[in-house]
Amino acid sequence: MKNPRYFNLLVPILSVIFGLIVGGLIMLAGGYNPFSAYAALFEGAIGSSYNLGETIRQFTPLILTGLAVAFAFRTGLFNIGVEGQFIVGWFASVYVGLTVDAPMFIHLPLAILAAAVAGALWGFIPGLLKARLKVHEVIVTIMMNYIALHVTNEIIRAYLKASSGERTEEISATASLAAPFFRQLTDHSRVHYGIIVALLAAFVMWFILRKTTLGYELRSVGFNPNASQYAGMSVSRNIILSMTISGAFGGLAGAMAGLGTYQYMTINTAGFIGLGFTGIAVALLGANTAVGTILAAILFGGLKVGASNMQFQAGVPPEVIKIVMAMIIFFVGASYLIRWLLNRFRKGEN
Amino acid sequence: MTIMEALQIIIPAAIFSAAPLILTALGGVFSERSGVVNIGLEGLMVMGAFIGATVTLFAQDWGFGRLSPWFALLIAAIVGALFSLLHALATVTFRADHVVSGVAINFLATGLCVFLTKKIFESGQTPYIDYRIFKIDIPVLGDIPIIGPLFFQNAYLTSYLAIIIAFVVWYVIFKTPFGLRLRSVGEHPQAADTMGINVTKMRYIGVMLSGALGGLGGAVYVTSIATNFGASTIAGQGFMALAAMIFGKWNPLGALGAALFFGLAQSLSVIGGAIPLLSSIPVVYLQIAPYALTILALAGFIGRAEPPKANGENYIKGER
Repeated sequence: MKNPRYFNLLVPILSVIFGLIVGGLIMLAGGYNPFSAYAALFEGAIGSSYNLGETIRQFTPLILTGLAVAFAFRTGLFNIGVEGQFIVGWFASVYVGLTVDAPMFIHLPLAILAAAVAGALWGFIPGLLKARLKVHEVIVTIMMNYIALHVTNEIIRAYLKASSGERTEEISATASLAAPFFRQLTDHSRVHYGIIVALLAAFVMWFILRKTTLGYELRSVGFNPNASQYAGMSVSRNIILSMTISGAFGGLAGAMAGLGTYQYMTINTAGFIGLGFTGIAVALLGANTAVGTILAAILFGGLKVGASNMQFQAGVPPEVIKIVMAMIIFFVGASYLIRWLLNRFRKGEN
Repeated sequence: MTIMEALQIIIPAAIFSAAPLILTALGGVFSERSGVVNIGLEGLMVMGAFIGATVTLFAQDWGFGRLSPWFALLIAAIVGALFSLLHALATVTFRADHVVSGVAINFLATGLCVFLTKKIFESGQTPYIDYRIFKIDIPVLGDIPIIGPLFFQNAYLTSYLAIIIAFVVWYVIFKTPFGLRLRSVGEHPQAADTMGINVTKMRYIGVMLSGALGGLGGAVYVTSIATNFGASTIAGQGFMALAAMIFGKWNPLGALGAALFFGLAQSLSVIGGAIPLLSSIPVVYLQIAPYALTILALAGFIGRAEPPKANGENYIKGER
């Protein structure tokens, strides 16, 4: 390829197209009509103002979990613990939303901040262990996920359980991200102001990585820790910072659930929600950049919301969308295949 | 309750819940020793669990009787190996990032298996199987005092199978020419290639063995513990197996030890209520114990885990 920039854009676009084609083939094999299914999917994602609102609601936390994974990746770290950071962030935001009594301009930022701090702490621990004791961050973050799940479940069960069910009471209105005006506009979807937080976070990530010395060092450690060490950077300090900031993004995603979508926290006995794991896919498709992450989150969020309409209108199981997402990631990963195909194609032209 | 009685509950339960983890972690060892990172263990287990449940259900109808789950284990291992070909194809042939491909495997497995479950059984989960892996008392060994009741009575054959396979894998990896080649490809593919070892072939074999063992692990889970398959049947066990592999420092016997440790810790939280000393502890402490203890163990005395040198690196012939 002569122009790498053009190629970098072409790979994800072709991957999405190939992914949708594979999904269509599977639907055909399963005896469904892929065209009406995709029409229903499209309709379900952006076909009405309500659906549009729900799609925005869905991709808001995905942007943040995607950023969390992407940020750590840039320093060469694999944060599988976004799920856990999401859970503690969710819990911290709801806890502050429930227990603190303050006017909105204090209460809301405080609740959001609490989520970020909780997530940051959950990222700091594996970062510290990696930097100081060389413990593999993948194991520690997996373990931290389970600890977050069980501990928050237990605290809610013991101290914060609502009389009405397996969840906490609703947070007070002063901590809520609810957007009544936009709700009205989108026919009572669950869209909320969290999208502003998510976009700001993406900007912060871009700014840190591209415009600050810290970001330069983080990326440098990601490219080559030995060379960075030799150049006088502290590798362990950068590892800890990267995991902490990454965790903060994950925690913020939890605030989107706690202060936006649900306004409470459920006891998650069935296990993980999966937004953190989807964040890995989002980051990969977005090539670990801020803008790419936003676009990938929009795509995956839309697919997720549209999938339920696809089941409703065309009778296709929504799992097909998981397969499509998997294939998209696959093709992004195997970009060598696409490069090879394109070169073949080029040669054929000449 | 005497200590002996308590141990009689704990130890069989630990071995019982560890079996799927042992097998899957061993699969991870094969793959990563050959230099291919395998985050997709979770997906391989999902595939194994789905095949395990589905084939058992069909085999029951065909009149396989008590052999149904064993037949399912065999098919699950084969399908697991075939499914993992996708990971090998992406990473070895198409030079994909191993983590990216592994994540895709995980998504694909859940999506595909639940989709197929809905197609075949017209429900989000399969029916429960009638024949599970059965418990046995081993004739001679079970009569040994103390050790017999603890380890050889009322136990699942699959648990022994898992432990035996761990020793076999250790032997294969460290004592055979094949194992030496597999390790050399994972440590220094250029050097291995120079010595005439086919890097591509070895890595394909490593990944497919991980698929077979991961599929077996998932199938053992479903035929001995869960007894049906649904979207949430395999929820993180594959990642625990991954952790066991790293905890065990990419050594089959280390992975065995780590998986047994996880099994022990998990069984404590399940059966803790039946044991006087443990029942006074709030259940949440027992629930988080396996995870917290793992972190402490890694930070405290296990120390640094070094992966194979070329783990996760794609080998491109002729490139230095």
